[in-house]
Amino acid sequence: MIILIVNTVLIVSGITGFLALLLVIADLLFANYGECTISINGKKELKVKGGSSLLSLLNENKIFLASACGGRGTCGFCKCEVISGAGPLLPTEKPFLNAADIAAGIRLSCQIKVKEDIAIKIPESIFNIRKFTAEVTDIVDLTYDIKEFTLKIIKPEVINFKAGQYVQLQTPPYEKSRQSVNRAYSISSSSSREDQIQLIIRYVPDGVCTTYLFQYLKQGAQINFTGPFGDFYIRDTDNDMLFVAGGSGKAPIKSMLEYLSENNSTRRMVYMFGARSRKDLYYTELFEKLEKELPDFTYVPVLSQPTEECEWQGKCGYVPPFFPEYIRDPQKTEAYLCGSPGMIAAVIKGLKELGVPEDKIYYDSFA
Amino acid sequence: MEVNPLIIFIAAIFTSNILLTNFLGMCSFLSVSREVESSIGLGLAVFFVLTFTTAINYVIYHFILVPLQLVYLQYIIFIIIIAAFVQLIEMIIERFSPVLYYTLGIFLPLITVNCAILGVSLFMVIREYTFIQSVLFGAGSGLGWLLAILALAGIRQKIKYKFVPAGLQGAGLSLIITGIMALGFIGFSGIVIIQ
Repeated sequence: MIILIVNTVLIVSGITGFLALLLVIADLLFANYGECTISINGKKELKVKGGSSLLSLLNENKIFLASACGGRGTCGFCKCEVISGAGPLLPTEKPFLNAADIAAGIRLSCQIKVKEDIAIKIPESIFNIRKFTAEVTDIVDLTYDIKEFTLKIIKPEVINFKAGQYVQLQTPPYEKSRQSVNRAYSISSSSSREDQIQLIIRYVPDGVCTTYLFQYLKQGAQINFTGPFGDFYIRDTDNDMLFVAGGSGKAPIKSMLEYLSENNSTRRMVYMFGARSRKDLYYTELFEKLEKELPDFTYVPVLSQPTEECEWQGKCGYVPPFFPEYIRDPQKTEAYLCGSPGMIAAVIKGLKELGVPEDKIYYDSFA
Repeated sequence: MEVNPLIIFIAAIFTSNILLTNFLGMCSFLSVSREVESSIGLGLAVFFVLTFTTAINYVIYHFILVPLQLVYLQYIIFIIIIAAFVQLIEMIIERFSPVLYYTLGIFLPLITVNCAILGVSLFMVIREYTFIQSVLFGAGSGLGWLLAILALAGIRQKIKYKFVPAGLQGAGLSLIITGIMALGFIGFSGIVIIQ
């Protein structure tokens, strides 16, 4: 009996030990890709240890591609152009890439592993993206479900961004969520303030991030974010500008208008804001003030469901039917849109019917 | 057992198909049979792993477990061997054949828990096969599994564009198809008897 037990222990541990050793040796022999080089835009070269995903290696080197899912291949934000060295296209990437992307060599950086020297191309603005730690200095109620958060940057000291860009707030794990999550929010303050940013955020019922921000985050607390991201910013031309926003989509437009006002822009601007009723309107005084400061700026709030107690004298219905009234020359109009995907689709359709060129329509669409 | 190894090989593919007669490996069979392309990938990986693990398990069983009277450990040892082998193969393929890795890659970890693999090793013991018989039985079972999943994937790809009553959609219809296929395969099982 004792011999049997000893034999059992010896054989099981012997075989498992041998297999474990075999796997360790195999890991050293086969899974060791040595040092690889990531060449970025042909200018910068990073020496990294091969075997991990491109996204995580870039993050380690303080280059932050946008990523909302944390590298699990579910958000598709971390696309980047790979010139060589990424291997064949993976089944996990296909759902996020269309034919044009594939032809241009666009890949999901969280899915491809760096196993050899790799050459990639990313927009220069990404080098500007950093991880920031900030202190919440103020939380203001703008409407019944929209708050404005003021974040004072602690580390690194300043943030450089273009009016209209967004950041990704990172909520720590808390009662409602065991995982840390990232959500994108547009900066609403002017880009001339480098020591702080403001965010306008609408409460999403049961939203992991907004629940944290609205119910758990208190004044004086610290929060991390990465940014700035996005190519939604003012194009430097003489064209007329049409801003269209809905809900909390005021944030990037407010940032843009304040920036334009501070720089004494003389361009013709119209800002059309769609909301349900009067209680969804906010910052009205600010935009009336901007109307006085800017030489040619009109603020047009449009309510879709004004109730009697609103005593609304302004425009009613949806925004697109009012475009002909405010667009002077469709060919020379740039449109800046922010809001829900449904609203953006409807506005683009209306603008195209009027003859606004598609390449002059800029938007951020947050689902 | 005095059966020509080649007969075992052919029988394992057709008349005694591990999936359609013993219903082993059903779980990945049902879940990965939506498209022909991926089912071929998984089928090939199963074939490959089955052939090799049967050979390794034969050696371990007859040269270590039997002499030391530790036959009762066969289940745990077989599973450990299969898991380690799959891990090893995954690493080697990832390194040396990226194309094959991307075809099989995501399916390899699934194989560790494919009961057809363990089933073949256990049948090899129960039926007292010799080494050659075992290896051919493993290879034949792998090909048979590949054949069965390929057949189901082909049928399911056609069905995707046909009208299916609500109550039969998904697993329901797949199981009925599998049953009818099994009838077809078992119909010839009297020709050769290997079990």
